[in-house]
Amino acid sequence: MVSIPLEERMRTVRFKVDDRPHIVVNAAVCNNCSVRACVYVCPANLFVPLDDGGILFNYEECFECGTCYIACNQEGAIQWSYPRGGYGVTFREA
Amino acid sequence: MAFLSKEASLALVQRVHRLIGMKNGVTPHDAPQRRRQRSAPRPGAERFDVIVVGAGPAGSAAALVAARAGLKVLLLERGEYPGSKNVSGAAFYGSAILHELIPNWWEQAPVERHLTRRVLAFMTAETSVAIDFRTTRFAEPPYNGFSILRPRFDRWFADQAVAAGAFLLNAAVVDEVLWEDDQVVGVRVRRDEGDLRADVVIACDGANSFLAKNAGLQREFHAHEMSLGVKEVLALDEATIRERFHLYDNDGLAIEYIGAITEEVSGGGFLYTNRDSLSLGVIGQISSLAEHRRRPYELLETFKRHPSVAPLVRGGRVREYSAHIIPEAGWNMLPKLYTGGMLVAGDAAALCFVAGLYLEGINYAIQSGIAAGETAVAAHRERDFSARSLARYLERLRARYVLTDFANYRHAPGLVNSPRLQNLYPELIAGAAEQVFRVNGGPKRKLLPIALDTLRRANISPIHMLQDAWQAGRSFGW
Repeated sequence: MVSIPLEERMRTVRFKVDDRPHIVVNAAVCNNCSVRACVYVCPANLFVPLDDGGILFNYEECFECGTCYIACNQEGAIQWSYPRGGYGVTFREA
Repeated sequence: MAFLSKEASLALVQRVHRLIGMKNGVTPHDAPQRRRQRSAPRPGAERFDVIVVGAGPAGSAAALVAARAGLKVLLLERGEYPGSKNVSGAAFYGSAILHELIPNWWEQAPVERHLTRRVLAFMTAETSVAIDFRTTRFAEPPYNGFSILRPRFDRWFADQAVAAGAFLLNAAVVDEVLWEDDQVVGVRVRRDEGDLRADVVIACDGANSFLAKNAGLQREFHAHEMSLGVKEVLALDEATIRERFHLYDNDGLAIEYIGAITEEVSGGGFLYTNRDSLSLGVIGQISSLAEHRRRPYELLETFKRHPSVAPLVRGGRVREYSAHIIPEAGWNMLPKLYTGGMLVAGDAAALCFVAGLYLEGINYAIQSGIAAGETAVAAHRERDFSARSLARYLERLRARYVLTDFANYRHAPGLVNSPRLQNLYPELIAGAAEQVFRVNGGPKRKLLPIALDTLRRANISPIHMLQDAWQAGRSFGW
């Protein structure tokens, strides 16, 4: 089947998860944000809005693309760096 | 000129082995060496002639050129192997450039198909109008372009740099440059005692370019300057690909789509044929995705369901999904390309040529990598690594037509991302084409009344039309 849900698509990607998060989201800043660009733009859907106004974030299946911190219009909400060497996503295309 | 003596070579290997032995280092492929070497390196014990950060096309080209000239070169890659973090379409149009560096490179490199057919398609939700170019002349060496898979191609290219004498260290993230006065004198690898010194640092660390920012050469990006590309590699057998896309043997096709394919989001789509797979995806301007609250993978689904795309991807099995950002603003977002002891090349220098007709980056990465490598070699010859010496990088970039291309097309990115070009004009072209081709028993109308009628119904002001015509003219025409 050519058309597949995101979860299934994400299973095609290999991640070597570091125990330290390479992205830290400051929930206090997110609570005051009404735009929430991160929720829409992330290609891996890692930002999930919560009922209490916060954002649930999971760094584990991150493509390390940088879209979230570029889209984020709130000062200091997303602290972004690459994972440690050898960790994170490994593309194979095979 | 520094040549790599036996002693220096040995010292280099020992140094890198010690690096591998550090407790924070992770090198999945070099685990046995980890046990052997435990001691930390003496700070400042050795010094490299050149450190290249990032083993993508720019970095490997720079490392290869510098190593061939006999310099002691360290090539640092943050991924498990070169190419493991890298994503493009990928159509590579720099065959002739790479041929200059590695004659007949396509005979040994992992290429997919040589591209003999280019299609540019204007889309609405139901219709497409395309320019379809194909020539047997692109099927002859040195070829015009190839479809490639980056994890394979980049790994091969880095191996060429290694064969030329560069030392490749995988799993090494660089977060900052080291300064002495106003001169960059090395990099800090994110490991214990990871400071490494070099006369020249060449930053090829990709579109996010943390090194260029850390050195104060690049500013923070705006969301309208960057696009996100999401992509799938779909497995499809060779015979089906040849038949479906009307290709001989190892000929290949590149299609680029503009218009409603990304709905109201500024961007486009692409589809490339590989040997036994297709690479396809959509690109969306980050500000535009955010503004319209569109999820990139949903646009990818819409793209694959489009009536003129669906039959092309039918039966394909998703091999891998990926995503990467693209610096799209060209000339308007170029960083300062050098400072004392440091050069910037490839995507890190925002050298991505995104201008509707053109969607190129790997060729400019290699060109800038070569120019940076040559600049480092010349600097070593004169033992002068000052900003003034390295400023000659700009001359080399002009001589290789990198800076001249970006300057000449500086108006194109703004035009290509404008809403009228993105959605209105494809709509008009498709509508007019439909009127030309539809036979419904009414009178046959000539082209001019159809054109005028189309414009009147589009409700676009003549001033805007003229503005766009002028923009298109100065972007692509003259």
